[in-house]
Amino acid sequence: MDLFEYQGKQYFARFGIPISKGGVADTVEEAVAQAEASGYPVVVKAQVKVGGRGKAGGVKLADTVDEVRLHAGNILGLDIKGHVVKRLWVEHASDIAKEYYASFTLDRSAKKHLGMLSAEGGVEIEEVAVTNPDAIAIIHVDPVDGLTLEAARGWVERANLDEVARDQAAELLVKLYTCYTEGDCDLAEINPLILTPGGRVHALDAKVTLDDNAAFRHPEWEEFEGSDVEDERETRAKERGLNYIGLDGSVGIIANGAGLAMSTLDVVNQCGGSAANFLDIGGGANADVMAAALEVINSDPAVRSILVNIFGGITRVDEVAKGVLEALERVEISSPIVLRLDGTNAVAGREILADHLSDRLVAEPTMLDAARRAVALAGGKS
Amino acid sequence: MSIFVDENTKVVVQGISPTSQGLYHGLRNRAYGTHVVAGTNPNRGGEEIEGIPVFATVAEAVEATGANASFISVPPKFAAAAIVEAAAAGVPFVVCITEGIPAIDEALAYNRLVREYPGTRLLGPNCPGIISPGKCNIGITSGDIAMPGGPVGIVSRSGTLTYQALHELSQQGVGQTTCVGIGGDPVPGTSFIDCLSAFEADQDTKAIMMIGEIGGSAEEEAAEFIASSVTKPVVSYVAGVTAPPGRKMGHAGAIISGSKGTAQAKMDALAGAGVTVALNPTEAGEAMVDVVRKLG
Repeated sequence: MDLFEYQGKQYFARFGIPISKGGVADTVEEAVAQAEASGYPVVVKAQVKVGGRGKAGGVKLADTVDEVRLHAGNILGLDIKGHVVKRLWVEHASDIAKEYYASFTLDRSAKKHLGMLSAEGGVEIEEVAVTNPDAIAIIHVDPVDGLTLEAARGWVERANLDEVARDQAAELLVKLYTCYTEGDCDLAEINPLILTPGGRVHALDAKVTLDDNAAFRHPEWEEFEGSDVEDERETRAKERGLNYIGLDGSVGIIANGAGLAMSTLDVVNQCGGSAANFLDIGGGANADVMAAALEVINSDPAVRSILVNIFGGITRVDEVAKGVLEALERVEISSPIVLRLDGTNAVAGREILADHLSDRLVAEPTMLDAARRAVALAGGKS
Repeated sequence: MSIFVDENTKVVVQGISPTSQGLYHGLRNRAYGTHVVAGTNPNRGGEEIEGIPVFATVAEAVEATGANASFISVPPKFAAAAIVEAAAAGVPFVVCITEGIPAIDEALAYNRLVREYPGTRLLGPNCPGIISPGKCNIGITSGDIAMPGGPVGIVSRSGTLTYQALHELSQQGVGQTTCVGIGGDPVPGTSFIDCLSAFEADQDTKAIMMIGEIGGSAEEEAAEFIASSVTKPVVSYVAGVTAPPGRKMGHAGAIISGSKGTAQAKMDALAGAGVTVALNPTEAGEAMVDVVRKLG
């Protein structure tokens, strides 16, 4: 789950990482109140989960209450790359002497945590990574050892951070590591991490992605939920507990297992069609799950045919077949359905369906045949 | 021959109770012919469930039964501790199918095994397990889609695509030595390279099928290894050519960031290493049948 900047900053603050004084505002009046509380000058920042908001006019400096009113009014409702601004973060504006970059994430190849630190932070960090990779000092942290203050000091020195910033930066990085591990982040990134002319180091931005698998031990994450999904289809699917991603094509996809679902997308594409979605119903392909999956796909007006691709492992295909029939009794489906059922109890499953097949419910023996049929039913090549 | 498991493998099922997933899968594995010799449950030491003796700890189970493999399907919050418990008890091969373990826990457990218990190989987490047809099945693979006798070794990152691969080969009368599902999680205990290396050393394995998916760089690393160290023919399929970048496709592993980890990049790397790259699972099956026929 990606957090908004303000959520990320509040998350950082819990772990003692210094951030600017500020608060959230959903209206112009709230923005004014937050500005008064934070102290002028302030920065009014659009809260959207997309990069380039500064260039889109979503970040403005305000010296007076009138300027806060003007900017807050302009930014609220602004459309930034398809994301409409509903919330602002208003914080005391910092004077900046230097912009650094710091982050932690998992290095899958090294199988250790990867810290990245640069004295050349700011909006161009991705360019720095390409043109001058030596300007980014990396550290691999073995999870058994964790990040010690001593290791952090050496790292800060290697990154060539300004002398005056080093002690504070090392301490901050240990806190960021704690936030990343104890806070169960997939990514904890500060860009820029600033040094003020007065010699203070603190986080001016926050990019945090939480590991959804750790939600069970973070009841406090509940407040972050529901603010994430932009696609209506995905909202509906999420409410039903389905692993769904909306795409632009006309063949609705239901498969069990992420790999098979991805592969189904590929095969539909190879047959000249395009998928309307990715939907992995996982191991429990019972009637409820199947009905929910068909409902979600049925609600997508772009869908012209539906391809159900199930390979039974733990999932028993006869159960899947019953599930499909039960689901069809409950939900009126507007597109023809093509079924490919294989694996555990496949023969029994096909027998259950045999009497129900029609031009609205078609069975095909292989994944490739089923994909061809579904693409044809969707109107051929798109 | 087979890799990692064989007819002498003796399995302890961790976290066994009359209603646990562990019992359900353990019984299925036993019905396939796997030696399921023990179960563990801290509250049920001394009991017997469906003829399986239960011990309070893995160490006691190993001591009493000589178990040399463990099977973990406990919920995510307990899984990392279960892995470390098995390793600490000296179990050389640990299969964990649990899906949804926090990445932080997974990374910690992996690195503890590397440092403290180097004699233990972990398979998974979030994998379908391992089957050596006719000999041993640990995990959730349906035994009847596999065919004993070889000559193909299968290694796969994805569960259902592992079944698909087994099915495609068995349908064509091509058997398997061992089929290993390494799982799609960020920190898998066993890598493509570990399996490729074991298959290369296994006399009965004559060809290798490798099923990859988008995200990470495991396939690219495998391609380098194949180019330098694998002499047997390899057929591969990588799922996710049409997956949109930057989105999680179900597995924690299956995410593309930037141009890194795309299916195309992986297929190019594999093709460059001399691997036969198929565009879908059926094509991969057909290509492997061709390879096996040419082996004679």
